[in-house]
Amino acid sequence: MIEIINISKSFGEKQVVKDFSFLMEKGKTNLIIGESGSGKTVTLKCMVGLLEPDSGQVLYDGRDFEHMNFAERKEIRKEIGMLFQGAALFDSMTVEENVMFPLTMFTDMSQKEKLDRVNFCLSRVNLETANKMFPSELSGGMKKRTAIARAISASPKYLFCDEPNSGLDPITSLVIDNLIKEITEEFQITTLVITHDMNSVMEIGDRIAFFYKGEKAWEGTNREILKTDNERVVEFVYASKFLKEFRKNS
Amino acid sequence: MKLLYSIGRYWLLMRRTFHKPEKWPVYWKSVFGEIEKLGIGSLGIVVIISIFMGAVITIQMAYGIESPLIPLYSVGLATRDSLMLEFSPTLVGLILAGKVGSSIASEIGTMRVTEQIDALEIMGINSASYLIQPKIVAALLINPFIVIISMFFGMIGGYIFGVFTGVVTPYEFMLGIQWDFRPYNAFYAITKTIFFAFIITSVSSYHGYYTKGGSLEVGQSSTRAVVYSSIVILIFNFVLTQMLLI
Repeated sequence: MIEIINISKSFGEKQVVKDFSFLMEKGKTNLIIGESGSGKTVTLKCMVGLLEPDSGQVLYDGRDFEHMNFAERKEIRKEIGMLFQGAALFDSMTVEENVMFPLTMFTDMSQKEKLDRVNFCLSRVNLETANKMFPSELSGGMKKRTAIARAISASPKYLFCDEPNSGLDPITSLVIDNLIKEITEEFQITTLVITHDMNSVMEIGDRIAFFYKGEKAWEGTNREILKTDNERVVEFVYASKFLKEFRKNS
Repeated sequence: MKLLYSIGRYWLLMRRTFHKPEKWPVYWKSVFGEIEKLGIGSLGIVVIISIFMGAVITIQMAYGIESPLIPLYSVGLATRDSLMLEFSPTLVGLILAGKVGSSIASEIGTMRVTEQIDALEIMGINSASYLIQPKIVAALLINPFIVIISMFFGMIGGYIFGVFTGVVTPYEFMLGIQWDFRPYNAFYAITKTIFFAFIITSVSSYHGYYTKGGSLEVGQSSTRAVVYSSIVILIFNFVLTQMLLI
């Protein structure tokens, strides 16, 4: 379980995140959604320590990340798997080496044990034949799946995904979304997905926080989001003219 | 003000860089990989440049020595001392700043803009130590050998072209090369090389590590790395010469 309590972050005069609180449960896929530039990624970066929030707390199963020293944070980070928007695979390493990397750095597993774990993770994301390929030889969807395999290889307790569907077609996006949801439930991980993709919201959103100009404007489930009367959310969910008409008529 | 900010940020990065490596086997593998990439990969260009550098110095020295009172073996002696004291350490340093420095800055810069460095940090890895330290250690280990090889091939070049063009005889050149050899000169050359190796790798890594933006900015960082490494090398060349020779 991860609890964000009143996180705020400013860059100079501009306040990007204002008093944001959110509770993310274990085994659930939690989403932060909102327009581009609304502060979603900044929140994620504050959660993992890539940015320091001005105030507030992030509790990882009760452990206060903001008041930890470097060594304590490092221990928490070993429990985090992260899927970046651009996959962030190490381009000088093969798929196999990428997935093996966290195991090599943080475990004392033998080469055979590591290889077995890599093959398991790659089969879990349906990439059994890509071991020796380099990231430059992979399609966008394959890169994302490799990044998921790398994120789960060291059995993380927390999985963070920043715009996992950006640049992917709707079918591949669905595959990635379902993979994230299955892995979350199967391994009982606390997952946070940052997205503005409404398909993802409807497919995997167990708990959703809607961001508007750095503030949480709404919170609920994927079922509730279609019924809400919150103007900002309605504007976001039914963004196109066609959907607005559709909502009006139904 | 900006200069002070950059110097402060550089030293903070160096403080993060010189931390105990995460895993020693991974670290040493990385160091040897860098030795191959940064050192062995630069040997070809260093050898070619050194041969022609030695040849030109020999011919220029012979051209400059017109007085019959100055023995002809001084061509070999002057070639040796020029190569050892200045040309091999400094010129090779500047060449490596161009070749190795731009490669380091673009490699680390690309990792920065494609979020690979963020990925390392989130995994709990000290990205500065993991990426930069092996490059610095590799350069400190291999560059002295590269400079010694440069001196050797510079003298070979001087011998071949000096004898071939008839400006010096083989006997006089070999006599000059061995005349009044001072081991301290070798110490001075190696000391400079070690300083230059640190400057090239650390300054270039700094520019790559703090790259912001996209591919255009990676290119700009790479150019900045070469320019600043070269300037710092020239400044330290003066400072070290002042300290060690006077």
